Amino acid sequence: MADTTRRTGLYDLHIELGAKMVPFAGWDMPVQFPMGVMNEHLHTREHAGLFDVSHMGQVIVRPLDGNMQTAALALETLIPANVLDLAPGRQRYGLFTNDRGGILDDLMFANRGDHFLLVVNAACADQDIAHLQTLEGVSVEPVTDRGLIALQGPRAGAALGRLIPAATDMRFMDSLTLGWQGHDLWISRSGYTGEDGFEISVPDHALEAFARALLDQPEVAPIGLGARDSLRLEAGMPLYGHDMDPEVTPAQAALGWSIPKVRRNGGPRAGGFPGADAVLAELDTGPATTRRGLRPEGRAPIREGVALFADQTGDAPLGTVRSGGFGPSVGGPVAMAIIDASLPEGTTIWAELRGKRVPVTIAALPFVTPSYKR
Amino acid sequence: MLKYTDDHEWLRAEGDEIVVGITKHASEQLGDVVFIELPEEGTDVIAGDEIVVIESVKAASDITAPVGGTITAVNTALADAPGDVNADPMAAWFFRIKPADPAAIEGFMDEAAYKALVD
Repeated sequence: MADTTRRTGLYDLHIELGAKMVPFAGWDMPVQFPMGVMNEHLHTREHAGLFDVSHMGQVIVRPLDGNMQTAALALETLIPANVLDLAPGRQRYGLFTNDRGGILDDLMFANRGDHFLLVVNAACADQDIAHLQTLEGVSVEPVTDRGLIALQGPRAGAALGRLIPAATDMRFMDSLTLGWQGHDLWISRSGYTGEDGFEISVPDHALEAFARALLDQPEVAPIGLGARDSLRLEAGMPLYGHDMDPEVTPAQAALGWSIPKVRRNGGPRAGGFPGADAVLAELDTGPATTRRGLRPEGRAPIREGVALFADQTGDAPLGTVRSGGFGPSVGGPVAMAIIDASLPEGTTIWAELRGKRVPVTIAALPFVTPSYKR
Repeated sequence: MLKYTDDHEWLRAEGDEIVVGITKHASEQLGDVVFIELPEEGTDVIAGDEIVVIESVKAASDITAPVGGTITAVNTALADAPGDVNADPMAAWFFRIKPADPAAIEGFMDEAAYKALVD
């Protein structure tokens, strides 16, 4: 670990806006602004929130022979997704797996015509880049001169549309280059909140000006990592290092949906990625444990690490909470854990909180209904 | 008489009881409070006992008994409106305690000393 934390191109703006800064994955990041986590969360669900996600890794993977099929098939040796059939201008979600079928990281990958753009977690970026550099036939180019902004919420399209009208024509998971004041912005219609919105890669020299232009829109408020976490939790989205890690398989993380038929057993390009035998066999049979939603009764949050039990007195642990907290839009505590996949929704289990067992209901994910523009 | 603890509690003497809450500084550090677990009336406590659990959007924290004594009342309204702690921390009292030592409150910081601590 580096002794010094890195700053994004929006650091000065965060300070000016009164952010409380915290170290996160080696970066100095805003955890909240003066509005506070609760109101930032609610503002994003009702209007639009601007998130600095410049700490995330942006990586270009380019075919050396100029043929995108070369790069797609190379990526498919690391990622159990359909990269080959991803159309230009489109983006997908995927996973890097290890030899045991555990998850090394999750990522977005976009076909940008003559290269793929990958966006990976900050804490995993160096490892992911080294992993990608083992591929043959492609160049791997970390993007070091751009920041990344997420604009999320039902009014995100209206706000961005005033700056870049063409952005409003984009559909969920489109990924395009659009101009703003002479700068090329790499825009995808996606996010990590369960709301409509955009993720926008901006050249460093235009980053602050673009962020200020968005913040000038009446719908838009700056949002910190605190609300980013509660928004994604309510949206049932897993967080790397918490809901998934190298010991958790795609099926256990409830991310089997990211592995299409074409890469599964019986498909034309089945397997061919690290841990494929284990991953695919488990998808065929169904995992014994998987990521489930949890709704504690009452108002007390159950947070990461809280032990879960099948009954009020027994000592047979079901697992531990992976992500948990208070859901401002739900109006109560919400959590996720990897537990027995066969327990029906509505089953009451028990969480051990400060020495007491409190009842928790297994609930469907997500906790809030997404509002993507498909 | 209003006094303050190192743990950012405010203590207000009322008759032979002390009313206890947390300061604005503490409420700002905690962030939005979403859950409060209060002690039961009649409980005998010793100074330093963790008797209140406060959960904010960020984390769980404990509030300790500033002095030994008996809990004579708790603010049950906070259970349904924990956000009152952020909205008006000086009004959002947690509990009243009858101290075993009637002079116990004397030793705590006055407002000037507390201000010096948090500024």
